[in-house]
Amino acid sequence: MTGRDAMDCNELVELVTAYLDGSLDLDTMARFDAHLLECDGCEHYLQQFRQTVRTVGKIRDDELDPAFRSRLLDAFKDFR
Amino acid sequence: MIATVDESRLIAGLRDGDETVFAQLVDQHTPPMLRVARGYVPSHEIAEEVVQETWIALLKGIDNFEGRSSLRTWLFTVMINIAKARGVRERRDADVAIAAYTGGTVDPARFRTGEDPWPGHWREGQEPSPFPDTPEGSVLGDELIDVARRELGKLPERQRIVVTLRDMLGFDSSEVCELLDITVANQRVLLHRGRAAVRAVLEDYLEDRS
Repeated sequence: MTGRDAMDCNELVELVTAYLDGSLDLDTMARFDAHLLECDGCEHYLQQFRQTVRTVGKIRDDELDPAFRSRLLDAFKDFR
Repeated sequence: MIATVDESRLIAGLRDGDETVFAQLVDQHTPPMLRVARGYVPSHEIAEEVVQETWIALLKGIDNFEGRSSLRTWLFTVMINIAKARGVRERRDADVAIAAYTGGTVDPARFRTGEDPWPGHWREGQEPSPFPDTPEGSVLGDELIDVARRELGKLPERQRIVVTLRDMLGFDSSEVCELLDITVANQRVLLHRGRAAVRAVLEDYLEDRS
């Protein structure tokens, strides 16, 4: 990592969400990708972040409280 | 993530007063609606009232529902408006507060300092290691989901709502900005901080476990 354009690890870690959303400008994205090529720590950080997003995506909501569910269904019958 | 389905059949069912269709939609959308509503109002009971009002608003409006947005987006938009009106929490220039915060999301002690030839890079021994791949239904996988769920519940409200909508429910960035009436940049900041906090507890958990 040399040169004035090089990205530091502590800068990269703050840009991961923008990177994953594809919203970095092209220069920044190029610096991000260049850094990743040379830095295992940051490559792993990105992997951890992806795994985190995936894990949150697997959280399931609690079951619907049956009493509340019947209240909603009753509201539907009343409405009809 | 919720797959996009052809909703015209469901909407026709609602117009016909088909209770099975209504029950199916209630089962699908009510738990996440409650989760998000809870971020706006002071109690679970009020969150239930907000969600109930939203379903009634849908039934009242179903004849005019044009399907320009998905049913889910419509429900969340209306629900958030009702919740905001009922909410006692103030917004107080929230966008300004988001932008003002400049702290990092990773412990600064993990990076080298100015005296080092590589300032800003991971210190030796502080580099992250990859998280293991966890097959569906594996013990570790379930544990990690549980850790993530607990941390999600502890996040500051706006981070929690954004992470829930984006990563748990699969809304895209523009939908979330519209639902919450925040800028793309602020949405990203909230999402990033929330994800980073969850990442940190997963990392700690995996280190303790090994």
